[in-house]
Amino acid sequence: MKKLMLGNEAFARGLFEAGCRVVSSYPGTPSTEITEEVAKYDEVYAEWAPNEKVAMETALGASIAGARSFCGMKHVGLNVAADPLYTASYTGVNAGMVIAVADDQGMHSSQNEQDSRHHAIASKVPMLEPSDSTECKEFVKLAYELSEQFDAPFIVRMSTRVAHSQSIVELEERQELELKEYVKTPQKYVMMPAFAKGRHVFVEERTKKLIEYAETSPLNRVEISEKAEFGVITNGAAYQYTKEALGDKASVLKLGMVNPLPEKLIKDFAAKYEKIYIIEELDGIIEEHCRNIGVTNIQGKEIFGYIGEIQQSVIAEKLLGEKKEFTVLEENIPVRPPVMCAGCPHRGLFYSLKKLGVTVSGDIGCYTLGAAAPLNAIDTTICMGASVSGLHGFNKARGAESEHKSVAVIGDSTFMHSGITGLVNIAYNNSNSTVIILDNSITGMTGHQQNPTTGKNLKGDPAAAVNLEELCRAVGIKRVRVVDPYHLAECEAAIKEELAADEASVIISRRPCALLKYVKHNAALRVEAEKCVGCKMCMKLGCPAISMRGGKAVIDHTQCVGCGICQEQCKIGAIK
Amino acid sequence: METKSIMIVGVGGQGSLLASRLLGNVLLAQGYDVKVSEVHGMSQRGGSVVTYVKYGDKVYSPVIEKGEADAVISFELLEAARCLPYLKKGGHLITSTQQIDPMPVITGAAEYPENLVEKLKEAGADIVAVDALSLAEQAGTAKASNVVLMGVLASRLDFPEELWQNALEQCVPPKFLELNKKAFELGKSAE
Repeated sequence: MKKLMLGNEAFARGLFEAGCRVVSSYPGTPSTEITEEVAKYDEVYAEWAPNEKVAMETALGASIAGARSFCGMKHVGLNVAADPLYTASYTGVNAGMVIAVADDQGMHSSQNEQDSRHHAIASKVPMLEPSDSTECKEFVKLAYELSEQFDAPFIVRMSTRVAHSQSIVELEERQELELKEYVKTPQKYVMMPAFAKGRHVFVEERTKKLIEYAETSPLNRVEISEKAEFGVITNGAAYQYTKEALGDKASVLKLGMVNPLPEKLIKDFAAKYEKIYIIEELDGIIEEHCRNIGVTNIQGKEIFGYIGEIQQSVIAEKLLGEKKEFTVLEENIPVRPPVMCAGCPHRGLFYSLKKLGVTVSGDIGCYTLGAAAPLNAIDTTICMGASVSGLHGFNKARGAESEHKSVAVIGDSTFMHSGITGLVNIAYNNSNSTVIILDNSITGMTGHQQNPTTGKNLKGDPAAAVNLEELCRAVGIKRVRVVDPYHLAECEAAIKEELAADEASVIISRRPCALLKYVKHNAALRVEAEKCVGCKMCMKLGCPAISMRGGKAVIDHTQCVGCGICQEQCKIGAIK
Repeated sequence: METKSIMIVGVGGQGSLLASRLLGNVLLAQGYDVKVSEVHGMSQRGGSVVTYVKYGDKVYSPVIEKGEADAVISFELLEAARCLPYLKKGGHLITSTQQIDPMPVITGAAEYPENLVEKLKEAGADIVAVDALSLAEQAGTAKASNVVLMGVLASRLDFPEELWQNALEQCVPPKFLELNKKAFELGKSAE
């Protein structure tokens, strides 16, 4: 049966067909749907872990126990999981283990644009890279075979385009596998120095064997065109852009295995043409490898650069001199950046912070949008959890002066991911910091995933729920209070009081995401035009449902969920 | 057959994913090689959302760039104007007349341009403008304007009606199927 599938969905299908039994991941765009999709198969145990390090350790544990396992994450998640990754390279596997890492070329939904191939190289873990949905499924299945053959976890690198493009996939049956026998083998699985030294030797030998494999692997493919005047070496999504732009005007070496890279295969291909172009997104890893092995008739980064996705139009223009014609409207078209949704519970809280002129240490999630106009409420955003530990450092540097006018904001899922350790540090090392947990009862930005605070697991079944108030008290925070962000006055009062206090405090701003299916919306509000004086106080909230028409505010009834904060804001009572 | 490119654009939350999946399923059933590229995550939250649908004998890149689209379907007027450069010469522009203010307009930093349909016509675009929101509300919910516009597109593509109906059944939950079928019909007969 043929089906149109997202790359991520095809990846999940590959896990299913390969007989994968245990899945543990943390959501992150563009990797999330792999785990959501594989969770739909009853044959596979799948869970959301609190963070990527826990997920990878869970997957490694399952592999050692004899089950084919998987963990998935976005590129920055692999930084969190780097600790187990580098040593999993040494232990190797029992049953096959596959790791998905999804890079975000173009930063559609990320805080940086790192190239995850560096992690594969540094950890000496082999890495495959598909370029469409069909390959996602095929590569995953092959990765399990190779993982067991070479005794290594295998990373399959995704990119936004491959993960979030649908193409046609042929479905096959699942391979049912027995659990492999678990035999206690400390010299392989206890990585203390004496044993780890032995495994490092193994890792170096394994890399040599993997390079030999890469020379003849079906993952690396040469496509010769008789009409070609030059050659291209490429990988992943860039292969598709290359074929689109150049068609049969170039011969192509497509590298499906991006770590380790072959040597002879590249040398032989490069010898066929006077000129070879390396078309790879982000860093020049293939290009550097070519130079290292003495292939010098190449050009890559000096043409295509290190930033963003490579455009097919740029390939066509730079290599063939072809340009497409198009029409531009002579008109100033305002940009449309992403915004907090109408009824978003974060809005009231951020409005209060802005009004009080507080310095805000921000974090990763929907609420990062609090940094945008008109709220402009966030001062810093670095990585998961950094709001809490960053605020502690900020306050240690500036002392009481900042302690009484700075807060951290962090979502419920992000707090469980890596905010809690920062809060332990605040309590343990005694900074008078105020942390606000934006508890919208879901992992929002990635599209509504359950987390340890929501009382449900990935499969939607009831699960233990972390009580945030009790957790904060348990690490040593005495001042813990809960506010409803739909009540502006209550929010503002709570923030003022906790900033004034002479000890650390946590404010939990609690209200479920307005997009959750179980959340009941109030009737849409409307502006009584005869009363509205056009003061624009309601506009300060930055609600996408409110706009000005002819000097009066109007509310878009298709967007408004009746949260009521504009009503609180309207001093003359024009909003009903 | 040479690859054809259709762009579906709108504002996050308007249902471009459903529209592109409907179209993708119809094209798959027609026997084409198909690629559909979507946007998830941060950029989905009320921002400009762009989905690419490409089909033909063999499709490589899932991306559509400036001057490459045979058709642009827009759920919002400003987004139609923004995506004009993506149309190739002689390409078709189908747009809803719905206007949603982007944040710079809400904050007063910019103005929503006036008379965009006329301006697009003057710029030489082959444009069909439909009040998809009203038609969707007529079908039962404002949320179905995406399906109304797929109806408008269907009336201009020569694919069997049965394929569209099957795609609706595959992509829409049973609870909302009748409503969406009505929205699709209203779109097909709109002009």
